[in-house]
Amino acid sequence: MTLSSRLIILLTFLVALMASIMPLPLSVDAFRPDWVLVVLLYWCLALPARVNVISAGVMGFILDVLLGSTLGVHAGAMAIAIYIVAGNFQKIRNFSLWQQSMIVGVLSALYHLIVFWLQRFLTDAVFLPSYLYPVITTIILWPWAFLLLRKIRRNFRIK
Amino acid sequence: MNAIFKHGPSPQHRLVLVLFCSALLIFFDHKMNSFESVRGYLQSMVSPLQYLATTPKQMMNWAAENIVTRRQLVADNEQYKVNELVFHEQALQLDIVKKENERLRALLSSPLRTDTRKMVAEILTVDSDPYTHQVVINRGANDGVYEGQAVIDDEGIVGQILHVGTTSSRVLLITDVTHAIPVRISRNGVRLIANGVGVIDQLSHSHVPHSADVRVGDVLVTSGLGSKFPEGYPVAKVTFVMQDESHAFARIQSQPVAKIDRLRYVLLLWPEHSESTVINDSAAKIIENQLLEKGVSE
Repeated sequence: MTLSSRLIILLTFLVALMASIMPLPLSVDAFRPDWVLVVLLYWCLALPARVNVISAGVMGFILDVLLGSTLGVHAGAMAIAIYIVAGNFQKIRNFSLWQQSMIVGVLSALYHLIVFWLQRFLTDAVFLPSYLYPVITTIILWPWAFLLLRKIRRNFRIK
Repeated sequence: MNAIFKHGPSPQHRLVLVLFCSALLIFFDHKMNSFESVRGYLQSMVSPLQYLATTPKQMMNWAAENIVTRRQLVADNEQYKVNELVFHEQALQLDIVKKENERLRALLSSPLRTDTRKMVAEILTVDSDPYTHQVVINRGANDGVYEGQAVIDDEGIVGQILHVGTTSSRVLLITDVTHAIPVRISRNGVRLIANGVGVIDQLSHSHVPHSADVRVGDVLVTSGLGSKFPEGYPVAKVTFVMQDESHAFARIQSQPVAKIDRLRYVLLLWPEHSESTVINDSAAKIIENQLLEKGVSE
């Protein structure tokens, strides 16, 4: 793990964070995919010894600060989703791209539901179906993000 | 890649560690509010990221402003000239009315109202988190922004400042679930409280008796109670009234007047440091003295 490869991983995380707070029109905003979760999932599948539950917690915490939610909500949800992948990365790696998409969809739904449960517990939020719209876009995003990030990883020989 | 031999703590231990940390964070942030000051620092730390994330939008705005035809500009200019004429005439009228009002207030010996300090701020980011309605603006502690400050747009109240960073700060919108604002109906002065419900174009009013005179279309303005928001700014318009006697209270909903879903520039208001506070202070002193006297006599 050289310095440059660390920097590149960090850079992908920064881009994901920026994409998740970028201002969008209200109608599109409900469909914003979970950029941070997708990037975390990719690196966790590719380099489970480097990017795992702790990094997920840290990224979730930064997301909490950026989104202004109660600190720790996204951190916990992100860590649980990544924990499932960190335990099964060898299986998931061998799945085809669309099977992986489905698993990513389930994880993203789990992530959103955990966040909702915590918010419900804290602020009496009411469930709206639109809270799960990002799952659809995340499923669509996964194959493209996977191919792009694999290209980046092979190009810069990140191991 | 040597994943055969694992390094460091197992995933289970890591998960327990992270979950423990996040549980602590949630507890201390939500229940104890012990992160109020730390939030300011965190806000300052992430503000470069927010400035960076908003650049594409700013480029689009720049393009939209610069790539217009000459004809469009001429038409706009014409429109602005007409508007200026109308506004100027209204300003003249306002001046007369203002003076008259001041005279009447002086006659009634009530405190005069002075112009409040205002500052224009630009929206940096709108939260993508569906559970909270907050926006980030490009003014912070350096500009004198403080927590709890009122934020308005050209139509009405938008919200209040939640966390202050050095160069950016976070605004809690009136539609957030955790926000409530004291209002009164401008038609008859009935006092209500406007709660956010987490929907961008809706506010609800709880604990309103059936006998309250509320009609669809009534304009709700800030009542100035609670002294967070200055008095008299429009907040919402009543859209739904159901006075069903089978329920304990009337069900009333309203729609914010401010264009909360398409904010771009907002105004920050500073409270008026005029005679009103002085008078309040002296009144408080008088009451205190009286209480003391009472205490002595008892």
